[in-house]
Amino acid sequence: MRLRLLRRDLVCQQAVELVTDYLEGTLARPARRRFEAHLAGCPHCTEYLAQMRETIRLTGRLVPEDLTPQVRDEFVELYLRWRSE
Amino acid sequence: MLRLAVSFVPSHAVAEEVVQDTWLAVLRGLDGFEGRSSLKSWLFRILVNRARTTGTREHRSVPVADPEPAVDPARFGASGSWADPPEHWIEAAERRVEAGKLAGRIRVWLDELPARQREVVQLRDVEEMSSEEVCAVLSISEANQRVLLHRGRSRLRQLFEDELGGVR
Repeated sequence: MRLRLLRRDLVCQQAVELVTDYLEGTLARPARRRFEAHLAGCPHCTEYLAQMRETIRLTGRLVPEDLTPQVRDEFVELYLRWRSE
Repeated sequence: MLRLAVSFVPSHAVAEEVVQDTWLAVLRGLDGFEGRSSLKSWLFRILVNRARTTGTREHRSVPVADPEPAVDPARFGASGSWADPPEHWIEAAERRVEAGKLAGRIRVWLDELPARQREVVQLRDVEEMSSEEVCAVLSISEANQRVLLHRGRSRLRQLFEDELGGVR
């Protein structure tokens, strides 16, 4: 019963706007509970959250193009040499 | 670096100059690096500063109140519940990724995001910086960073759905 009341607090349109705050861990505890209670009763928003996670994961597979490992290593080496001088 | 620079200046050629200029600034300014920030975020911060000095697009704060919903409001009913729920696409995306067919599309989508969103998503999700680092590099608040990240990721999610939704 309590869960149902909590779920009624949040509608899907609001829930999708909280996804990033939720994933970033910046929702205050009551808001997080309300969000999770909504998810527990809403397969569409559960799917939506999974899709946002997948979006982040797939974007994260892109290779940072410009700062190649070689360039980075050279830079680190340069920095370490400078520090030791 | 070049990709990030391009988002601040009008042309590729200028961006290349900015990147070169950044390296010079780095070499000259090693004193400024105190080991507090990661090497990468320090480097990017110099880059962004150089690009902003050079670029014509000026740094402005993001109007947080500006409404840009994560999902088209038309997809919700009057009660705010899904009327047109998200189509499944995760499995299709996995298959396309394995076939090596998706990375190019994602790169294009990322490039087409509004500049501020692209910067944040690029630094957070591609370069895998922390939110603190991104705020420092771009000189924006935590709240701004989250709004931009939310909008950018939400747009990308929609593009995945547009591309792959309904594909079984």
